[in-house]
Amino acid sequence: MVSLILRYLNYLIGAAFAFVLLIALWGTVSELIHNPPQEGAAEEFHLEPKPLHLASDGPFGHWDKQQLQRGFQVYKEVCSACHSLRHIAFRDLTGIGYSEAQVKAIAEQWQIPQPSVNKDTGEPDTRPNKPSDYFPLVFANETAAKAANNNAVPPDLSLMVKAREGGAAYIHSLITGYRPQPAELLEKFPTAKTPPGLHYNPYFATLNLAMPPPLTSDGQVQYEDGTKPTIDQMSTDVAAFLTWTAEPDMMTRHRTGYAAVLFLLIFIGLTFGAYKNIWRDVKH
Amino acid sequence: MSFPWAEQYRPKNPVMRWLDEKLPLPRLAYNAIGAGYPVPRNLNYFWNFGVLAGAALAIQIITGVVLAMHYAADSAVAFDSVEHIMRDINAGWFLRYAHATGASMFFIVVYTHIFRGLYYGSYKAPREMVWLLGVVIFLLMMATAFMGYVLPWGQMSFWGAQVITGFFSAIPIVGENIRIWLLGGYAPDQAALNRFFSLHYLLPFVIAGVIILHIWALHIPGSSNPTGVEVKGEQDTVPFHPYYTAKDGVGVGVFLLVFALILFFAPNYLGHPDNYIPANPLSTPAHIVPEWYFWPFYAILRSFTADFILPAKLWGVLAMFGSILILFFLPWLDKSPVRSSNYRPVYRIFLGILLIDVLVLGWVGGSEATPTYLILGQISAAYYFLHFLVILPIVSALERPRPLPNSITEAVLKGESGSRMSETAVGGEQAAPAE
Repeated sequence: MVSLILRYLNYLIGAAFAFVLLIALWGTVSELIHNPPQEGAAEEFHLEPKPLHLASDGPFGHWDKQQLQRGFQVYKEVCSACHSLRHIAFRDLTGIGYSEAQVKAIAEQWQIPQPSVNKDTGEPDTRPNKPSDYFPLVFANETAAKAANNNAVPPDLSLMVKAREGGAAYIHSLITGYRPQPAELLEKFPTAKTPPGLHYNPYFATLNLAMPPPLTSDGQVQYEDGTKPTIDQMSTDVAAFLTWTAEPDMMTRHRTGYAAVLFLLIFIGLTFGAYKNIWRDVKH
Repeated sequence: MSFPWAEQYRPKNPVMRWLDEKLPLPRLAYNAIGAGYPVPRNLNYFWNFGVLAGAALAIQIITGVVLAMHYAADSAVAFDSVEHIMRDINAGWFLRYAHATGASMFFIVVYTHIFRGLYYGSYKAPREMVWLLGVVIFLLMMATAFMGYVLPWGQMSFWGAQVITGFFSAIPIVGENIRIWLLGGYAPDQAALNRFFSLHYLLPFVIAGVIILHIWALHIPGSSNPTGVEVKGEQDTVPFHPYYTAKDGVGVGVFLLVFALILFFAPNYLGHPDNYIPANPLSTPAHIVPEWYFWPFYAILRSFTADFILPAKLWGVLAMFGSILILFFLPWLDKSPVRSSNYRPVYRIFLGILLIDVLVLGWVGGSEATPTYLILGQISAAYYFLHFLVILPIVSALERPRPLPNSITEAVLKGESGSRMSETAVGGEQAAPAE
């Protein structure tokens, strides 16, 4: 008996797994029939990001430094009131075309000072920013951030483009996507009314987010290069800037890639020639 | 151990002769991967993938050792240390992207290598030990990759660690205690991160050791080939060097080209955006998914949703580990004496279905667990087990294989050796009605 079971053990194990899966399948199907999944407001009214085209797109893209500087200006004058940029140092700004003197001025004039220690007393103190400093945090800690923002923490923006599905296009869509809650949504899902303190935005996964619309009128930022500061323009510029903060070395990566691919194509050509030559007399 | 006609190592240079007398390391290399190793003359490009897997491991170890010089395994600074590597270390972005993309490339290559083994019956006698060691390498790779993904300490790192270590709590009675002991805490934290780093550094060298055993075991019978017919004489083989070193050179070039295209132009394509958010134990991501190479197994795990004698979770964990452990028994589940699927018209069809089945499982495992995907996953998971445990033993016992060529050379001269993949598919089918 035992030897018989051992001999056909594989069939028994296979049948056991298949049988348990059949029971599970039965459960899933009957659940699907008796309780068909209902689309919530978030599934039905959520929108995919609008397409956004930036100079840095694709393997042959480049940084539009004018645009990155405009985007930095939007960050400085609007976003930086709540959002930190903790992976970026002031010195990094030379990468978007600012001179060292300009970087020094930007650091010195930055509204939030750098935390430091008083040289005489050892007490916590602050000092003006230097180019070697990272952008200072906006809030000292999470509790302070929550207290100032209706219990929500404004996320750090350094990596935002890489940390969201859709990247820069998502950021652009989110900033420009605020609108009144559609009447048909409330008709269909009366309980899904945007709670007080939150703001309706179909590009946000749950449709309601704590951040109030950051860009509310054309001309909110005055550009120095003469570009017309429409909401769409400002939002595109800041999305471009955050693409840069997420990966300042991207163009170096692409350029290294051209060289690597060219080298490898030559390498493949040579090795293929060697292979054909070595095998020329051997049928295989 | 080798064929009697293998070329002998005869160093001419006095220094090499001196070295050969004291420590015959060059002789070992000569006999293992040099002119002293006779290899069937009809290997196709599928046979490049063993060397490619070795190259992938070497790339992971080299980039990994340098990354470890800059990474800090401390839950407070791990995430920032990775960004420090990306931004402030010379070519740090290259090292990190090469290591992350390299993990995916390693799995692409190894999955192809495993499929080659399945299709051409490389697991059969006398090469069972080669196959068993290969499955051990695969398990070690999975453990290493999982622990490596935890190190950047992003959201997916943390929650992936939470889910995977949660498997152990499915063990009855002692499960929860084992989980806490393994993690060094109630949830993944400093202790877990630090031990994962230690093991992530250790395991690749263990893999390298098992690879040596894998190659050692291979060299006893010698390499298999697309016909599955054993080597009969000298005319069936060519020396590994220069014939297959040249062919592997082409393979390595193409491998590096694909690698470079992903690394330099789409390095985040295979990753998940959530892992650029620092780990936060208080905020669960909307859907937790592992890296793509674990998707088929993740789909099997999730397919078990019903309690039957054992709790559903335990069934899922057993099935997930079982789906890999089955591979250890493959040499004995397949009863056909014929190795190559080129001569196995029925098995070949079922193997094709299995390939599609695993791809479907992967697709399901990477998607949200909606009822539709769940149903698809449950059917595919059942087929996976039925293939190995029921269909394969029956088909291999009943199937009438097509006649094998008398020797590799005969097959080569007839032009049906299968050394070119296009000929394998077309020639194999056409040969049948000609009988």
